[in-house]
Amino acid sequence: MAAKFAYEDVEVGTELPVRTFPVTRAVLVRYAGASGDFNPIHWNERFAREVGLPDVIAHGMFTMAEAARVVTDWVGDPGAVVEYGVRFTKPVVVPDDGEGAVIEVGGKVAARLGGNLVRVDLTAVSAGQKVLGMSRAVVRLA
Amino acid sequence: MALDQSFVGRTYPPTAPYEVGREKIREFAEAIGDANPAYTDPGAAGRLGHPDVIAPPTFVFAITFKAAGEVVEDPQLGLDYSRVVHGDQRFAYTRPVRAGDRLTVTSTIEAIKSLAGNDILDIRGEVHDEAGEHVVTAWTKLVARAAEEG
Repeated sequence: MAAKFAYEDVEVGTELPVRTFPVTRAVLVRYAGASGDFNPIHWNERFAREVGLPDVIAHGMFTMAEAARVVTDWVGDPGAVVEYGVRFTKPVVVPDDGEGAVIEVGGKVAARLGGNLVRVDLTAVSAGQKVLGMSRAVVRLA
Repeated sequence: MALDQSFVGRTYPPTAPYEVGREKIREFAEAIGDANPAYTDPGAAGRLGHPDVIAPPTFVFAITFKAAGEVVEDPQLGLDYSRVVHGDQRFAYTRPVRAGDRLTVTSTIEAIKSLAGNDILDIRGEVHDEAGEHVVTAWTKLVARAAEEG
């Protein structure tokens, strides 16, 4: 593993750079193809409304993947992630208005676990709502 | 109707191997907009100590979820998939998934709960490589929302 940071140099409370990720219908269609998740709630507005959703929503796994980028970009080596978990608290609604949605992700080192491991707690917000809960990654530093 | 508790602890046979391709990883990385060279450039991955390009941390879900389909679609379990939402997802990695891996998934039903009419299903997927070494474990919580009355 080749993390950018040494365990000794990273303190609890260290903030990771905040990132914003745009999500449009085109992004969702591309993600559906790459992930193999073709559930129509992610691309078919009529279907989404029929099952009680306000509009097409992003794949939870797409949001989870974007949130992970805050950690993997910070640490450099995506292979340094040893644990990663989230709760899907609210859907990211993606309107077909030419703009779509934006997911804003921040992270903070929440604990030093020993063995060069730190826990990073992530926050992910879209349209003013927290879309991921209990979003945590354990990362092995150099 | 509440799901049959006798399914808790049931393990399904390992899936046929899924061969992870470099181009599939590239396609996935592009779909999430992630330009980390470890996903596309074997040289860059090698400088980080990996024998080939690695996959983004959530890539493996496509494989474990497909395996979980065996559970989800088990007619004896009787889950109404049209009402299912993804509740939680967690991964524990022994090493990253990489190009050339041939991965099998063994799915186990860890828990079945009924809460306010919702059926909640916890599935654990153990992912191993061709040598039988553990790569990653995926825990997936699915929630089948209660059907509306009348």
